[in-house]
Amino acid sequence: MSVVFVLVFAAIIMAGAFLIAFIWSVKNGQYDDTYTPSVRMLFDDPEMKEEKKTEEKTQAQAKKKK
Amino acid sequence: MSEDLKCIHCGNSCGKSPVIFEGNPFCCSGCSTVYQILHASQLKQYYQIEPMAGIKIDEMQLPASETYAFLDLDQFKSKILNFSEGGISKVSFFIPEIHCASCIWLLENLHSLNKGIIQSFVNFPKKEINITFNENEISLRQLVDLLVSIHYIPEINQHSIDKKSTDQSDKKLFIKIGIAAFSFMNAMIYHFPQYLPGNEFLEADMKKLFGWLSVLLAIPVLTYSASDYFLTAWKSLKKKIISIDLPIALGLITLFTQSLVEIISGAGIGYIDSLTGLVFFMLIGRWYQGKTYQALSFERDYKTYFPLAVTKITDSGSITIPLEDLKSGDQILVRNQEIVPADSILKSGTASIDYSFVTGESMPVTKKAGDFVFAGGRQIGNAIELTIEKEVQQSYLTQLWNQVENPLTAENKLNTIVNRVSQYFTVVIVLIAIGSGLFWYFNKPELALFAFTSVLIIACPCALALTVPFTFGSTMRQYGRKGFYLKNTAVIEHLYKVDTVVFDKTGTITNAQSSDIRFVGKELTAEELLTIKSLAFHSSHPLSKTIYNSIEGVEILEVKDFQEIPSLGISGLVNGIRINMGSRYFVTGEMSKDENLKTEVWIYLKDAVAGHFQLENEYRPGLQDLIRKLQKTHELHLLTGDNDAEKANLIQFFGNDKSLHFNQSPTDKLNYIRKLQQEGRKVLMIGDGLNDAGALNESNVGIVIADNVFNFSPACDAILQSKQFGKLDQFIQFTHRSMNIVKAGFLISFLYNVVGLSFAVQGNLTPIVAAILMPISSVSVVAFASFSVSLSAKQALKE
Repeated sequence: MSVVFVLVFAAIIMAGAFLIAFIWSVKNGQYDDTYTPSVRMLFDDPEMKEEKKTEEKTQAQAKKKK
Repeated sequence: MSEDLKCIHCGNSCGKSPVIFEGNPFCCSGCSTVYQILHASQLKQYYQIEPMAGIKIDEMQLPASETYAFLDLDQFKSKILNFSEGGISKVSFFIPEIHCASCIWLLENLHSLNKGIIQSFVNFPKKEINITFNENEISLRQLVDLLVSIHYIPEINQHSIDKKSTDQSDKKLFIKIGIAAFSFMNAMIYHFPQYLPGNEFLEADMKKLFGWLSVLLAIPVLTYSASDYFLTAWKSLKKKIISIDLPIALGLITLFTQSLVEIISGAGIGYIDSLTGLVFFMLIGRWYQGKTYQALSFERDYKTYFPLAVTKITDSGSITIPLEDLKSGDQILVRNQEIVPADSILKSGTASIDYSFVTGESMPVTKKAGDFVFAGGRQIGNAIELTIEKEVQQSYLTQLWNQVENPLTAENKLNTIVNRVSQYFTVVIVLIAIGSGLFWYFNKPELALFAFTSVLIIACPCALALTVPFTFGSTMRQYGRKGFYLKNTAVIEHLYKVDTVVFDKTGTITNAQSSDIRFVGKELTAEELLTIKSLAFHSSHPLSKTIYNSIEGVEILEVKDFQEIPSLGISGLVNGIRINMGSRYFVTGEMSKDENLKTEVWIYLKDAVAGHFQLENEYRPGLQDLIRKLQKTHELHLLTGDNDAEKANLIQFFGNDKSLHFNQSPTDKLNYIRKLQQEGRKVLMIGDGLNDAGALNESNVGIVIADNVFNFSPACDAILQSKQFGKLDQFIQFTHRSMNIVKAGFLISFLYNVVGLSFAVQGNLTPIVAAILMPISSVSVVAFASFSVSLSAKQALKE
């Protein structure tokens, strides 16, 4: 049964990782606006999309720095 | 009216004389200007994402470019910018006009319009734009001017400086919920083996491990996620008040200690899964209830209405100073579309001041040099010079605001239905707990303590505490869908208790936008009407516009020798015929005889006075119905700052004149509400302008009627879209249904409690009973509340 002990700890570490990811995403502001991104992704300009991605990254970085 | 051309920018009818640019029709030159700007920058996709999404703003209504001159001053710039370093700055603006996908697209492509803009980001629910820009290429002022030029006018006022870090609490709640959910799920896994047959074969070590792991999980839930419940319970206990949080806190503590005892003694694994589950559900309830309309503001005071800076005229030229520095005796300049910031005297020229935000009256008031001008009006037309009489703080409008404090909030909190119920509930539960403890003490002493704690555990009023958030939260969402926006869920209960409704007149029960227009005088021929229309076309005065729109016809005749005499009227030659339009004095040469205050436009045509147009405020559609329905259940009053010219009409609506009060100053309105409240009445005030602000604040529920809910409205409890005015009675009636649902929800949770208590008093409350009963009661109450609200909303709130 000792394998169960291993599994229990593996499970809680995994769940804990997700919890930390969740807390990080909340603090990072990913839940601030749950509507606009759904519209933004529909703008069909291939150039735009790529720019957006990098922009989002820089924005996230800028926020972190703050 | 065979072909109805729609402006490709804003979708409004182009009327009879569209502006054509590149073969596209526009309703006005303002729209075509924006089109040209976007066209030049390859941003025409704006029109493809959502057709005709543009914002129509008349050129006359655009703020003068000097309006934003203060943004060049460092003292304002540093306050408005969120961040600035090495020439790169970040700023966020609230733009009420953001309304569709096209808006998002355009505003996020601002960099195509100006290289200096590095990136822009829209938060649609908040109607906010975050811009990062290079100050070496574009200044803050130029940035704002750019937004104005494409008709997205940002709101820059005290509010935009003050509000930062508002949504921190929201994030905290999310994290609390996350932690509770994490602990709940994991604790369930550890507890589950115990509930299955054959658990006696489980190794003792494993039981112990599961037990201690769940205790570890419970600690952050108790100390962090549920901390608010302990805090509020403690606070209310100190004030000797029993609130709903008290039995919750009691239940949580008992759950934890009981579990701890069982785990340490090795008797079992405890109730940690129930404990974490409870906290999780209650936090979900809190989140559901606390969701608010992000872009709406219910707390605005005069500071958010007035500008940040004014232009002061000194001997050495004009300078921009902050509003606070304005002293009486100062000379200031107020441009087109700017707001008069303080009570003052008009120094020169004629002013045409729109007080619609203050009184609800949409027709501008004309002032001559030497006239006293109250603060709060918006100048329309040329720039005017004013001498400040009173400082901003001492101005009439501001004074009114300062008179009101909110004495009701503290008292009302105690009186909510959930707290009244929980007072009895707590007492009864504690008595039952002691009773069953005593009973077992004499019969089977080893069960006494267990029975006592079991009662406290199972009685933890989670379901009870969830009923109100979910019922009222759903109700608020249903209202929101129908155009009735509440500040918070507590308003529903206040609205339910209301027994007296007080209306404001102008702008509230009358329609500020459209007026009833009729012509008094000789019969006009079609040709004469066309002549009048053609002349009115050339003037931007609101009265000319109203007349222009009221006359049908396609073509516009050529007007020669057009003259506009400020505050008097307009004149011109059409087909060689002289035509004058304007005030009675201007057209006939005689002063108005009676001061009946009805707006009149006189016409002089073909060497004779033809008669006059009479404009009357139109009552909102559905008013008659609404009053008839409300009268059955509520006492109705009407307060208006106007004279009693409309008395006869109003009596038709209200049936009698006892409760109609005319010539009421804003302070009178406030005092009237106070008087009603002193008589023990619960008052609902419905108003629209700043002059109702005092009364709105003082009343138990203050509702503001607004054409555009995102525009400025005085502080209030709820905002009602003007289109939905006729449904007010439905909204009020619906609070009764909500209340009934709350009561039914209470009944359900009591039934669960009876079942749970029957286990508890017998000393049979095993963890499995708790683990089944507590989540089921919570979930079923939540489901019942949300489901029955949306079901009854379908019946009661019809389109």
